[in-house]
Amino acid sequence: MATKPDIMISDGPKGMTPIVKTVVRFAMGIIFMFGWYIILYGHLTPGGGFAGGVILACGYVILTLAFGKELGLRKLSDMGASIIDNTAALLFAVVPMFGFLFGWYFLNFLDKGRPFQLFSAGNIPLYNIFIGFKVTASLFAIFMALSIFGRFVSKLVDEEEEG
Amino acid sequence: MILYFLTLVLFVMGVYCLIAKKNIVKKIIGLVIIDYAINLFIILIGYRRDGVAPILFKDMPMEEFARHSVDPLPQALVLTSIVIGLGVLALQVAICLRLYEKYKTFNMSEINRLKG
Amino acid sequence: MQGLYPLFTAIPLAAAFLNLLVTKVNKKAADYIAFVVAAVLAVMAVRMLFEAPFSYRVGGWSAPWGILLVSDGMSALMLTLINVVSLLAIVYSLSYMTAYTAKPKYYSLFLLMIAGMNGVVMTGDLFNLFVFLEIASIASYALVGFGTEHEELEASFKYLILGTVASTAILFGIAFLYSMTGTLNLPDMARQLEIVGINRAVAFVIALFIMGFGLKASTVPFHAWLPDAHPSAPAPISAMLSGVLIKALGVYTIARIMFNVIGPNGMVSSLLMFLGALSMVVGVLLALGQSDFKRMLAYSSISQIGYITMGFGLGLNPAVPPAVAALGLFGALYHLINHAAFKSCLFLCSGAFEYRTGTRNRFEMGGLMRRMPVTGAACSIASLSIAGVPPFNGFWSKLVIIMAFMQAGYYVYGSVAVLVALMTLMTFIKLQSSVLFGQLPARFAAVKEAPVAMVVPLVILAMLCIGLGIAYPLFGESVLQAARDSLLDKLAYMGYIIGG
Repeated sequence: MATKPDIMISDGPKGMTPIVKTVVRFAMGIIFMFGWYIILYGHLTPGGGFAGGVILACGYVILTLAFGKELGLRKLSDMGASIIDNTAALLFAVVPMFGFLFGWYFLNFLDKGRPFQLFSAGNIPLYNIFIGFKVTASLFAIFMALSIFGRFVSKLVDEEEEG
Repeated sequence: MILYFLTLVLFVMGVYCLIAKKNIVKKIIGLVIIDYAINLFIILIGYRRDGVAPILFKDMPMEEFARHSVDPLPQALVLTSIVIGLGVLALQVAICLRLYEKYKTFNMSEINRLKG
Repeated sequence: MQGLYPLFTAIPLAAAFLNLLVTKVNKKAADYIAFVVAAVLAVMAVRMLFEAPFSYRVGGWSAPWGILLVSDGMSALMLTLINVVSLLAIVYSLSYMTAYTAKPKYYSLFLLMIAGMNGVVMTGDLFNLFVFLEIASIASYALVGFGTEHEELEASFKYLILGTVASTAILFGIAFLYSMTGTLNLPDMARQLEIVGINRAVAFVIALFIMGFGLKASTVPFHAWLPDAHPSAPAPISAMLSGVLIKALGVYTIARIMFNVIGPNGMVSSLLMFLGALSMVVGVLLALGQSDFKRMLAYSSISQIGYITMGFGLGLNPAVPPAVAALGLFGALYHLINHAAFKSCLFLCSGAFEYRTGTRNRFEMGGLMRRMPVTGAACSIASLSIAGVPPFNGFWSKLVIIMAFMQAGYYVYGSVAVLVALMTLMTFIKLQSSVLFGQLPARFAAVKEAPVAMVVPLVILAMLCIGLGIAYPLFGESVLQAARDSLLDKLAYMGYIIGG
């Protein structure tokens, strides 16, 4: 991995003005905490894996916008995003198959617990977490592919045509 | 009724944007507007004035529950449809970018190598 | 098999993501994963043909609340069609796709498309159908543009825009039906619609569905995307799109909803018959003048889909005697499987010719029969089948459809079908004479036969073209009639809500 610590990149000349960087540093923790709250309490309150995952992905997007792509990619590289994305989707496809052991596909076979507790509702929090991971990773990957890598590809094409 | 009419207006605006604009980015925006109009329409199906959340408690009479609770299914449908819309939108924008790389234009009438 | 029915979507879905993970470590694994998954699915699907009808409750939730999967004759037929053709297309891809980069992504999209199509034909829930339809559609949009050259991207974008409009229309129709019946479960919806009857709102929904699903099936007023999209895709994908995708997403869904949910209806019947006849005529007229091999095949797909739509239209007609309506429907189903066999074969042949000669223009080819005998033979068998020459399968299904129309007293539609059959023959004779026979251009003198992995699927499909015609007694009674009866028996379909 790169040797430079995060703080050197974040204080470097890349990215936006110090005002934005300072605000983002404050907001970052809150955004991630809120995203995780939405994912983990998805079976009790409005929200869930998708909404929470979008919030988390927005956290990474803000990070990238404020500090430049170097830091964003170091926190969640495109390879890492792809692996998280596929693993979460695979788990989401495989866990319902365990339901066959209990009779039906997609059966909610874990203990339901008491209503309105954090650990309740059987499989549903598990699915929310998978979806949360998947949406975070894939939205950030889409953002990267469309903004940074997209521009990069066009530049490559330009160079090819010129040279 | 006025809400349904406004949804229809939104839908027609989307269709106009899709048909009349030459720019492919604007066409994509038109499709997104159409998508949102349909989503609003589905939400309106389940809407009920002064409705309560559709959670049945033990001490609640069934008939009163059926009369006052909103229909939860359209909301679930809209969530799914939004996610699908997001997927389609990402693909549209990606293809749009690649088209721009190849043709150096967003104008649909200049992207015409294939003939009918 | 009954307990494992959901595996038809679960396996390809899981394999699509597993594939992308495994190929991060080993690039070669993609071929094996895709082949093994397709082979397992094909074997399972063929076994489904021998199962009695049943319904499956996903998650153990009973019918009007949970999602219901239904397996009857029609679903089993479509499942077999989809999985067998996709197995052959994947075998073909093993060597054809070496010319492209990013093979793992190709296989993942392919598996997603299979998962979507299997889901569409299995499900008994309208919104679930929409979701699977979108999965298959999104995968196919991406696969059409897989070459990422000028033409591919343009075709993909056109397909994407029109496909999204179609999906929007379908979603709008689903919302309307839900607001009228208060359910999304198809058997339950059929029961509620019996009470509501065919009012103006149902007629509007029918119009939306015919537009939406008709666009996916590319019947004529909605066909503009197909002649661009099918030739631009890689050859195995063209075979999948023409062979099964337009049938699973378009024709099957129209049939299922019109027959089993809304029920026989004179208005829908005459509309479908008219659209079918229009597709037949327009498709074959446009096919005649094409110079691009694959584009010619794409236009001929529109024309052949017209036969199927027209047969379904006759089956829906309440005014003709039930036996005649059943005969029309039977012909349509028979033509549906035949078209999957010969059109996939033709598209794969065109891919093999392109792979060796590097061109798709049929006027630049010629005399290839001598250089590529096996591919050439498969191509001529499939051409003769689609043109309706007697011993092959296309002849029998067209004969059944024409006979049904003549018996029903629709002499105009019947004669149009005869005329279009003759023009199809003309189209494919032109194709044969310019590609397979005649003068071999000097630059193709060194052309060799296609690789084994590409030839095997061609031979199997060509044998299917002959077998489906000659071995009719083996499958006609059991498979086709079970599919026909499952579409005609609306009461049995409504009964799935109780069972399962």
